[in-house]
Amino acid sequence: MSIKSTLHELKMKYQGQKMAPAFNAFHTFLFAPNETTHSGSHVRGADDLKRTMNTVIMALVPILVFSMFNAGYQYYSALNGFPENFSVLEHFITWDNFWIGIIKVLPLVVVSYGIGLLVEFIFAVIKGHEVEEGYLVTGMLVPLIVPVDTPLWMLAVAVVFGVVIGKEVFGGTGMNILNPALTIRAFLFFAYPTWMSGDKVWVYEARERSEQILAGADNVDAISGETILGYLAQNNEAAMSAKYSISDMFFGFVPGSVGETSAFLCLLGGSFLIFSKIASWRIMVSAVIGALVMGLIFNQVVELGWIGETNKFYGLMSFDFWKHLIVGGLAFGIVYMATDPVTGSQTNKGKWIYGFFIGFIAIMIRVFNPAYPEGVFLAILLMNVFAPTIDHYVIQGNVKQRMKRLKNAVVLPRDSESAAKELKAETV
Amino acid sequence: MKFFHLVVNLLQILLTKGPQYMSKDIQIKKGLNINLVGAAELETVKAVLSNVYTLNLNDFHGVTPKMFLKQGAEVKAGEPLFYNKNIADMLFVSPVSGELVEIERGARRRILSVKILADKEQSFDVSPTIDIESATKQDVKSVWLKGGCWPFIKQRPYDIIADPDTTPKAIFISAYITSPLAADLNYVLKGKEVELQAAVTALTKLTPGKVHVSIGKSEDSPLASLKGVELHKISGPHPSGLVGTQINKLDPINKGELVWTVSPQDLVIMGEFLLTGKFNAERFIALVGSCVKAPKYYTTKIGAEIATFLYASGVTEENIRVINGDVLTGSKSKPEGSLGFYNNTVSVIPEGDDYEFFGWNKPIFNKISNTRALTFSWMQPKKKYELTTNTNGEHRAFVVTGHYEEVFPMDIYPMQLLKACMVKDLDEMEHLGLYEVAPEDFSLTEFICISKQPHQQIIREGLDYLQQEIG
Repeated sequence: MSIKSTLHELKMKYQGQKMAPAFNAFHTFLFAPNETTHSGSHVRGADDLKRTMNTVIMALVPILVFSMFNAGYQYYSALNGFPENFSVLEHFITWDNFWIGIIKVLPLVVVSYGIGLLVEFIFAVIKGHEVEEGYLVTGMLVPLIVPVDTPLWMLAVAVVFGVVIGKEVFGGTGMNILNPALTIRAFLFFAYPTWMSGDKVWVYEARERSEQILAGADNVDAISGETILGYLAQNNEAAMSAKYSISDMFFGFVPGSVGETSAFLCLLGGSFLIFSKIASWRIMVSAVIGALVMGLIFNQVVELGWIGETNKFYGLMSFDFWKHLIVGGLAFGIVYMATDPVTGSQTNKGKWIYGFFIGFIAIMIRVFNPAYPEGVFLAILLMNVFAPTIDHYVIQGNVKQRMKRLKNAVVLPRDSESAAKELKAETV
Repeated sequence: MKFFHLVVNLLQILLTKGPQYMSKDIQIKKGLNINLVGAAELETVKAVLSNVYTLNLNDFHGVTPKMFLKQGAEVKAGEPLFYNKNIADMLFVSPVSGELVEIERGARRRILSVKILADKEQSFDVSPTIDIESATKQDVKSVWLKGGCWPFIKQRPYDIIADPDTTPKAIFISAYITSPLAADLNYVLKGKEVELQAAVTALTKLTPGKVHVSIGKSEDSPLASLKGVELHKISGPHPSGLVGTQINKLDPINKGELVWTVSPQDLVIMGEFLLTGKFNAERFIALVGSCVKAPKYYTTKIGAEIATFLYASGVTEENIRVINGDVLTGSKSKPEGSLGFYNNTVSVIPEGDDYEFFGWNKPIFNKISNTRALTFSWMQPKKKYELTTNTNGEHRAFVVTGHYEEVFPMDIYPMQLLKACMVKDLDEMEHLGLYEVAPEDFSLTEFICISKQPHQQIIREGLDYLQQEIG
């Protein structure tokens, strides 16, 4: 007996039982179901939600692989200094680097998927609906937007919070208001701020070593890794540009959250998502425009001499506007988070507005945020909240046009009514 | 300054609305053609005579039938069988002469279908003819109502049979067919110009507005020479051939307005009835689909058993779905089922009740998609596909946005309207344009829907609810 028929019999056996959704989740993972059309169109297009989500994951895989190498690269660079005459093959794609990725990044992925999907399965079984695919992408995004040294238990707690409060209480995939991955990130940020910012969290072992040194260990070298935005927030552009070149920033050989560093791979992933028509190019383009506009405004403020070099915002404000695109999490946020169709604007016009403000506000928060020099996730969460309002006004535009047309409506009387009117006229 | 503004305004109008004002033609850009294997050869065969003819009440949405005759009664072709309880003038006639052998009833004695065992020699119930040119609105109405031709006229809003007590602001006839594998109207209407003209002339009496007829841009249509109508040339992918799309572009329906629509092949029956007084239920049927060995045209009558022509062409598989109509909007039937009242196409495609290993992530070459998520139909827009009835995925909540708009040319927000229907929000339904649509307008969004939502059913239920609440 083939696997196909064995599984079919099992499906029939479990049908209607409590554990059926759990079984079906695995079954439909192996085999596209044998469901046929019952009403409406007898034939259907090739895409389903699994395929859609899978496409996003495919666009994320290069970033995951890169981030695993980068975790090691940042660690060894912090220990031994940056290699001179840096070559990707020699210094970046090495087993040593990858090993750090395997012991630090992979566990984040495993915990994120394990805990998140467990919560999804439990909710599916309790509520008796099929396991929905939303978490497939969320689970991949979460490890990529946290610092590499995030403790696994912390991540687990945040994932449970994010999936339950961010999504399931609203009714599951498709019903949530806030992006679940960013809800998880925000939870981490506000619950464990010391683990989420500073110069000790972006490189493996940095925090551990400084704790050991504090405890009195003298055979340990302190290491640290500050993000580019971190340097800028301290008005320390000189140190930053001595350490990292523009191409380092663009290709992502810099410290930062696990997967956010490479603007280049985000560009590739974004192009793939636009080409495959899975993510909205309108949101991506307008978010880039928004970020550039805000960056330009800040540059102008510096240009006009409104703030001096001693001002605490000088470092970030004087940073060339276009460079904002290639540092921090902006590119990653725009490509993978802002384009979430559930929490973003749903109308095409709305997407332009929504995207623009994400870019605009992200740079604004990045510059003014006193606690943490980055604002992409806050900007996206904020615009998530406003997306329904934007859509409302866009749709009202359509409604208004319809109402305008209504003034010229040709409403003709019923025959019986006009006959009755004629009869009345005759009798009068 | 004022003059300057005027010029700017004029330029703006010309640039944005120019093509619409300057010509009566419509060019549709949004949409998706669904090219399938099994188009009918331009060859017509007379189908074997069916023993039993069935009128299926599901074809007449919203009609509560009241029988004129009892089981066992003899009828002539064109003799009334039943009427609509709510609009007593609306008669439904027998397509053939014979014996009323069965009135099939369902729950609460609702009539499901009426079956007539046909006579060997057909006899017609001949009505007196009228002079079409001089006939008044009331004349035309009463002739068609009595003769059983009225149900061919559909109305929007609500997509139901037109209420004869009302007057539409315009009447629309679409002879441009973009539905997958649908019958080629230029072929089946050839030589029917007289009947078409008669019916159209009569239709012009029913409305103070225009009778819009649309044909393909580069087609030599038998309807091109019709007099007394507003002719439009249409181009673009499906759904540009759906009458709803054309109404939306030419003269959209507002609240309180009525628009009637008739399909061209039904016009032939209506016209012939005006000219001869006979209800001739004969029509061309395109038997199509990838499961038909020799797809071609048959002539048969409304209500004929599908098997009478299905097996003449032969089927390639056991496990098939027989569809009354095209694959996007038709209704599920069986070989023993009967030809629908409005249908000129019978599609036969394979059932897709099989599992597909890793169907959700492997590259797909043999199915149609409007994305490029490892689906490759975009590379071969001309390729013909052999689609099955598999849903290609499970039902989910609405997630992805922006896809429906790509195949939905109307000035309506499709997802928002669907959601308004699902939550039964009357205000939203009205505001978002439910008056303008019929379920068939959502067949293409349903086809591409990633969440596999039943769009046509949602719209149908929404329309029923709106009609029930607002009337």
